[in-house]
Amino acid sequence: MIDWSPLLLTFELAAVTTIILLVISIPLSAWLANSKSRLKPVIETLVSMPLVLPPTVLGFYFLMAFSPNNAFGEWMNEWLGIKLVFSFPGLVIASILYSLPFMVHPIQSGLSGLPSSIKEAAYVMGKSKVTTLFRVQLPNIKPALLTGIVLSFAHTVGEFGVVLMIGGNIPGKTKVASIAIYDEVEALNYGAANVYSMILFAITFCILLAVYLVNGKHLKKLGR
Amino acid sequence: MIVLDIDKKLLAADGEMHLELNLTLEKGKLITLYGESGAGKTSTLRLLSGLMKPDQGRIIVNGKTWFDSDKKINLPPQKRKIGYVFQDYALFPNMTVLENLEFALAKGQDKKNVSDLIEIIELGTLQHRKPETLSGGQKQRVALARALAERPDILLLDEPLAALDIKIRLKLQDYIQKIHREFNLTTILISHDIGEIVKLSDHVIFLEKGSIVRQGNPDELFINRNISGKFKFTGEILKIEQQEIVHIATVLIQNSVVKVIVQDSEVQDLHVGDKVLVATKAFNPILYKIEG
Repeated sequence: MIDWSPLLLTFELAAVTTIILLVISIPLSAWLANSKSRLKPVIETLVSMPLVLPPTVLGFYFLMAFSPNNAFGEWMNEWLGIKLVFSFPGLVIASILYSLPFMVHPIQSGLSGLPSSIKEAAYVMGKSKVTTLFRVQLPNIKPALLTGIVLSFAHTVGEFGVVLMIGGNIPGKTKVASIAIYDEVEALNYGAANVYSMILFAITFCILLAVYLVNGKHLKKLGR
Repeated sequence: MIVLDIDKKLLAADGEMHLELNLTLEKGKLITLYGESGAGKTSTLRLLSGLMKPDQGRIIVNGKTWFDSDKKINLPPQKRKIGYVFQDYALFPNMTVLENLEFALAKGQDKKNVSDLIEIIELGTLQHRKPETLSGGQKQRVALARALAERPDILLLDEPLAALDIKIRLKLQDYIQKIHREFNLTTILISHDIGEIVKLSDHVIFLEKGSIVRQGNPDELFINRNISGKFKFTGEILKIEQQEIVHIATVLIQNSVVKVIVQDSEVQDLHVGDKVLVATKAFNPILYKIEG
């Protein structure tokens, strides 16, 4: 019988990461979609960095920053009692940054794609920017929100390098499925590796298929 | 009364353009902005509504300062009591017609406003439909009703009828006229259609490359142009009015408007919107109805 905890941990990590990402990304994307600030290209670059950077680079710097031997890690440890290295909260923080572009990009392009007259119409009616965002803009970019949620979730499920660097390989705490597969292969347990792999394969396939089906239907409706 | 005295540098297709406006608009009038595209008409509406910020100057509406560059006053669009009908209608696709109208209400405003408007603009049968299922004319009516839900004092219409065919356009012109009077609005309309302007507006402002070149009442501005002695043209009847013993028909021929006396016996057969042939006989033009 295989150990289910790496799979459960993977999906727990992906779910927590996706929820926090959604909360962070909505205001960030709204700002990026509207801003004409000189800082905007810099922020956009930082958000996109995880797309091109090897995950090990990100993981390495997290490891350095979170380490109790350094100022930030020590401060977190002493004042908040949170140990970020080799722990679940550390994994969550690293995953959020690692998957940030997958949530921000779809929402930002969804918001930019709406005609600006829609938001201006709401402003002229006396509606605040926040009301307009939640009642008018976001409800009209549901496919973009769904894409962002699913891609972030799937991307977090598929994480390996960052998790290995920052999380280590502690069973039940930081040993997620992708690492468990690597472990089993190293121990020549191909059977167990195969089970983990098949499950991940099947679940991610189903999630992505669902997105394309739903968004396809929505696009057809818009095109009519 | 609206006092606009503003300056704004705009980026037009052929380089920079200076929009310079110095206008006083009377309350309760229907004013039309007329001019080529890129002359600054839409920008004028955006400046007035607060969606665009003037470089300098002031905007005073009914004694209240909306913008003053010297005093650093700039009311956001949310605080200016304006109804705005956008060129692309800007209806919210996620809401039904009724929800679109109700969303436009201010906090605590009576929902009866919405039901009244639905009645006036005859949207009853459409109210539970989403905008994507409506025709252009229907969308336009919803946009018009929605702009009025908050009961603004000023209504801005950005080429509201340009994309519609002639029959629906005439109907919507009637709606605009009706609500303009009924709600005691000061209405500013952008239009290219001289017929529409003559029919609807009290005052026309000609914009050219960001400056006001002429203004005045539409009859004077449009009718004194290009009247030739001998002609034979097709045109369209814009209005027919009785003056003492004769009827006078206003006819649009291409881009000019002419007035023609019509005999009692002929008037029965002529209606607003009819295509007619205008030709000179010995003394005065005569109208011939074109069938079809």
